[in-house]
Amino acid sequence: MPKDVIGSVMVVGGGIAGMQSALDLAESGYYVYLVEKGPSIGGVMAQLDKTFPTNDCAM
Amino acid sequence: MLTKSDIESISGEVGNFSVSLTRQPRYVDMDLCVGCGACAEKCPKKVPDGYNSDLSKRKAIYVEYAQAVPLKYAIDGDYCLKIQKDKCGNCAKVCPAGAIRYDDKPETVTLNVGSVVLAPGFKPFDPKGLDSYKYSEHKNVITSMEFERILSASGPTHGHVTRPSDGEEPTKIAWLQCVGSRDMNRCDNPYCSSVCCMYAIKEAVIAKEHQGDSLDCAVFFMDMRTHGKDFEAFYDKARNDAGVRFVRSRVHTVTEDPETKDLEMRYVTEDGKIEVEKFDMVVLSVGLEISSELVELANKLDVDLGPNRFAATDSFSPVVTSREGIYVCGAFAGPKDIPQAVVDSSAAASCAGQVLSSARNTCTKTKEKVPETPVKGEPPRLGVFVCKCGINIAGVVDVPAVVEYAKSLPFVEYASENLYSCSQDTQDGMAELIREKGLNRIVVAACTPKTHEPLFQETLINAGLNKYLFEMTNIRNHDSWVHKSTPDLATEKAKDLVRMAVQKAALITPLAEAELSVNPNGLVIGGGVAGMAAALSLAKQGYATHLIEKTAQLGGTALSLHKTWKGEDIQENVARMVKEVEDNENITVYMDTELESVDGFVGNFTSTLKGKDKETTLEYGVAIVATGALESKPTEYLYGQDPRVRTSLEMDKLFQDDDPALKEIKSAAFIQCVGSREPGRPYCSRVCCTHSVDSAIALKKRNPETDVYILYRDIRTYGERELIYKKAREAGVLFIRYGVDNKPIVSVTEGNLTVRVRDHVLGKVMEIPLDALTLATAIVPPDNSKIAQFYKVPINDTGYYVERHAKLGPSEFATDGVFLCGLAHYPKPIDESVAQAQAAASRAVTLLAREKIFTSGTIAVTSPADCSECGVCIALCPYSAPSFSTERPFPGKATINPVLCKGCGLCVASCRSGAIHLNGFDNNQILAMIDAL
Repeated sequence: MPKDVIGSVMVVGGGIAGMQSALDLAESGYYVYLVEKGPSIGGVMAQLDKTFPTNDCAM
Repeated sequence: MLTKSDIESISGEVGNFSVSLTRQPRYVDMDLCVGCGACAEKCPKKVPDGYNSDLSKRKAIYVEYAQAVPLKYAIDGDYCLKIQKDKCGNCAKVCPAGAIRYDDKPETVTLNVGSVVLAPGFKPFDPKGLDSYKYSEHKNVITSMEFERILSASGPTHGHVTRPSDGEEPTKIAWLQCVGSRDMNRCDNPYCSSVCCMYAIKEAVIAKEHQGDSLDCAVFFMDMRTHGKDFEAFYDKARNDAGVRFVRSRVHTVTEDPETKDLEMRYVTEDGKIEVEKFDMVVLSVGLEISSELVELANKLDVDLGPNRFAATDSFSPVVTSREGIYVCGAFAGPKDIPQAVVDSSAAASCAGQVLSSARNTCTKTKEKVPETPVKGEPPRLGVFVCKCGINIAGVVDVPAVVEYAKSLPFVEYASENLYSCSQDTQDGMAELIREKGLNRIVVAACTPKTHEPLFQETLINAGLNKYLFEMTNIRNHDSWVHKSTPDLATEKAKDLVRMAVQKAALITPLAEAELSVNPNGLVIGGGVAGMAAALSLAKQGYATHLIEKTAQLGGTALSLHKTWKGEDIQENVARMVKEVEDNENITVYMDTELESVDGFVGNFTSTLKGKDKETTLEYGVAIVATGALESKPTEYLYGQDPRVRTSLEMDKLFQDDDPALKEIKSAAFIQCVGSREPGRPYCSRVCCTHSVDSAIALKKRNPETDVYILYRDIRTYGERELIYKKAREAGVLFIRYGVDNKPIVSVTEGNLTVRVRDHVLGKVMEIPLDALTLATAIVPPDNSKIAQFYKVPINDTGYYVERHAKLGPSEFATDGVFLCGLAHYPKPIDESVAQAQAAASRAVTLLAREKIFTSGTIAVTSPADCSECGVCIALCPYSAPSFSTERPFPGKATINPVLCKGCGLCVASCRSGAIHLNGFDNNQILAMIDAL
């Protein structure tokens, strides 16, 4: 472990997993770079109509 | 946020990585684009819309979908006429912001970070290569992702289910499971994709909801895998209430009627008959896989992948990759559903937080606070902003007319329209107008406060106004969206809504939020694997943690387990964890100790702990519930009457002890679902299939001559666990399926233990003599009511705790400051328990790291003079916020704790004396709105 630890994290992927990770890290006091391949975040979940088993709207 | 960016290389080590990225050209300046959509309207080039699974077209300049974040357009450089052929250029001509940049070039960006979290996701399996279903040729054979878009209101058919060949409504739809999963012959994916059974059931149920009961939906499957929380009940409902047909058969070919485009399937039923059935549509339930680009990414990052190209991890550190400082979450670490991905992603955040805790808050910036302008005693000066929401509102409602009308209303000093009220530049403009015109109450007529109120309140804060001097009315969801066909009436309704909002706004007052300091200590209840993992995670992030365990030993249920399905020795790992807990200076362990009382609220809890011979009082800010679950003791199959009949854990004890009795076993059977998936205990216990399969392999390994049978209902070796199911079959373990209404019969005659079961494949009753019978018994929760009562957290009808949100809040409770992990949430294997423990710790740290929290201003308050001391509010409140005051000046009168109050209004409605008022929704304000109507 180097002495000069950098208090930032790169999260690769802006789907539900990446977003949750980024939010947790940012709220815990770390600067987050959320890196996404596409033009916007959201991932596959944003394409889903509803989610099981509660049939909540995925968007 | 760095969009359209690819990772090129990484160097350095944990704590100090240097990452090189390429930002691909977007051709639109994100700082200038206001997301108005004028460009896309004029763009002549149509291209397949990937968001709608290519079922419809979008323009070459586009946003992926209406709610996209960031809501900034991008040009698809491969299709744009200007970029490809130097023609057109329409978008630059019409863009009001001058944001188009045709000369945009790829750009290299270097980031210095302490840690990396990988969440690159998965790729749905592409069935084009499968000859048997002719996906590319048969128009009415579609993938589940395509069907998902067809069901969606924002999809190509606006949620109307029609078949692609002729746009007709289908009357019969079939789902084919395991397409691109559990298949080594036609694709290279031997694993189970874990999610397809559930999404197929969901799609079938929703399709029936959309089209009516007459729609025939049939799901063709091998094993129905509904192993998640509340999933089995969903399956039961789909079968029994919604009338979805479930056919246990793997369909091999689909043929098309060249004229009608109907699809014919030939399949073998369970009793061996060949059936031919026609369907209008066939949905292929495609699995999850890792694309070659992700394999390349893993290579660039020097992260090891497993045999199925998922990131390699181990059960006791489920989000840690082979490279120190790089963590993984989501489907890249194995096929999984949304809650599991959310759990993993918080766990990954927790692990990154552990290595970076010395640098916490060193890279973040704190916002400067704008001093609040006092408005007390000043007459209301209202500002009304009416949003066009692009064409969402303005396409129906006459927005300029609504603005003119607003100007005529009392107290309104200023009114104007916004193209997108939520865009950053509009927000800045609004703040400027508030200051310039001296506005002291703001009304926004736009979309829903549920998503946008916090954003506008932020604008008020930036303009120096108390954030509660704000009223929002929804002229989109409640008006333009639902009254599309009657624009004149919709405009009138918008005026009504604005008038109501204005009347209320004139009466609103600034509200105060109480500031609370957060006690930085954590309490973890339960010293099993989950509790220990949670305590370690909190402690390693620098927080003093108290771990209480009611027995005399740490380790919980894991102490009775032999090996994980990946082959890791559980006792070795548990012993290592125990040592780590005992050695950690931030952790205080309380053995033989139970929770006796809980007082207080988020950030400031006080508890009494009752140990063997002493009581301790503890103050802490957050609590993590990791109280575990138990193996049920069966009452059937001669358990307790014959020593050869054991539970799974009792069998593991033999393996742990390397018991000589194992050598004597020449014939062994396992019965699955003992006490699970039955009336009275309708859930699947999730781990038992994998456990029995693993034990069966262990028996075969000791002695390949041993006959081993597994009597099952559905084998649920989900994810990569499927590989050990395959291994067991190859080792000669025999699998015999039984139905819940035709259970195996175990008997002893003249000392011989026998199981009788009807074999579905052979169609006859088998009688198997046994030396050992293992019952895969249900996992059951202990009595959780005491702790549930302490923290005001709910328990479901099967006795497990209920999390905040099934998908998005799996590791926390609705009660602030209380978190959940491990078997207390639902049966789960060790890797998932550890991940959830780390996730609970991560969620807890988001609170602890804040140091101070603010309560809401929208809470109930009592007026003691009117209170009749009846106690109805105290009895009713689900959050225990009201109590009788014990202090002067009003002893005996009801008072409401502002920290516990959620502002639901239940007490207000129940108070017979009219002594309770809800700040921000007081009677005079509500009545003013009604009067305005």
